[in-house]
Amino acid sequence: MIKFEKVHKHYGDFHVLNNINLEINKGEVVVIIGPSGSGKSTLLRCINRLETITEGHLEVNGVVVNDKKVNINEFRKNVGMVFQHFNLYPNKTVLENIMLAPVKVLNKSKDEAKKTAMYYLEKVGIPEKANSYPSQLSGGQQQRVAIARGLAMNPEIMLFDEPTSALDPEMIGEVLDVMKALAREGMTMVVVTHEMGFAREVADRIIFIDKGQILEDTDPTEFYNEPKDERARVFLSRILNH
Amino acid sequence: MLDFTILSENFDVFLEGFKNTLYVSFLALIGSFILGTILAIFRIAPIKPLNWIGTIYVEFIRNIPLLIILFFIFTGLPVFEIRLSGFVAGTLALMIYTAAFIAEAIRAGILSVPKGQMEAARSSGLTYTQAMVHVILPQAIKIVIPPLGNQFINLVKNSSVLTIVAAGELMYQGDLISSRTFVTFDVYIFVAVFYLIITLPLSLGVNRLEKRLALSN
Repeated sequence: MIKFEKVHKHYGDFHVLNNINLEINKGEVVVIIGPSGSGKSTLLRCINRLETITEGHLEVNGVVVNDKKVNINEFRKNVGMVFQHFNLYPNKTVLENIMLAPVKVLNKSKDEAKKTAMYYLEKVGIPEKANSYPSQLSGGQQQRVAIARGLAMNPEIMLFDEPTSALDPEMIGEVLDVMKALAREGMTMVVVTHEMGFAREVADRIIFIDKGQILEDTDPTEFYNEPKDERARVFLSRILNH
Repeated sequence: MLDFTILSENFDVFLEGFKNTLYVSFLALIGSFILGTILAIFRIAPIKPLNWIGTIYVEFIRNIPLLIILFFIFTGLPVFEIRLSGFVAGTLALMIYTAAFIAEAIRAGILSVPKGQMEAARSSGLTYTQAMVHVILPQAIKIVIPPLGNQFINLVKNSSVLTIVAAGELMYQGDLISSRTFVTFDVYIFVAVFYLIITLPLSLGVNRLEKRLALSN
């Protein structure tokens, strides 16, 4: 479903992604970890072309993402994204946040979009906040709204860019619970996170990336028990013993 | 003591000036807002030649005195067989001049909306224009209102420069009355009061709008 072939990306002299080869299948939950600055967020953001690649081949959902002729807006309908800082629209209510893209992009009627929005708000557990503004919600609630906003487009892939890194510790659980439920329903998910518990519980694969290169691509248990790569071992001991 | 007979005897002249100042300000305000918004979008659009046009316009126009722009339009254009009345030339000059400042205010407002807002909108499939219209501009306008209000107040006051081309606005009528009656002080006090009748409500209105928009956040 997602296929990186010999993908490179440069920021001037900086080689952010170095020969990435990666295939993610439908229904898989893949967690990407790595030190900060390793290129993990960039890798994720290439998938929906928030970042462009400089070299190689990247195919998502049968679409060659880096092809100039691709209708990028059409393509992005099928790929939801959740950000570290939620990026909810502060001037719109929770409901309006979720309804905007279905109405403007999918041309749904307001009523229909509202129904869908309420369905997903129920799903993330905060239907009572439908008419609140983002500033009236806690961080955990805002992130759940952001997930509902992504799901309302009924995407085939969901991308998560450090979804719990900006949250207070007591709110991380509620967001991870929503993500776990989503994983169990068979959503294809690519998650950049440091939440090891989550990775162990629901990830099918863990990708360890450093200095723009994929150093490990294994199943979670194996990764925790004995990472093959030295840098992965050091990284793992750091985040587990902090 | 202020001589109120000056006001009552010349009231229709003052009123004529007041009306013309309102006209000039209103037309220049609409024009400069539209032109300023276009220039602001030129400056931030991901198209290099547009960026250049926007930058050149803003940097040239805002660094030249309004009076010179006015002279150029009123006395320079006739060289090319384009003759405009003082009123039209004045309104145009005011619009061209103010648009540069408005462009800067709007550009700053758009740039102050966090980058993540555009990313969230685009990643959900909205086009650049849809994201601008539905997500970025509604947030930018709140930030832009105070500086925009300042520019509109400046515009009304700057319209007094138009007296030099006999645009028939307040300052010009004041000059007229004063040169006919040899009264200066009192006449210009009344002229100032008429300006305040326009600018004070504008100023208070902007303050109120600002407060209301702040509440909705």
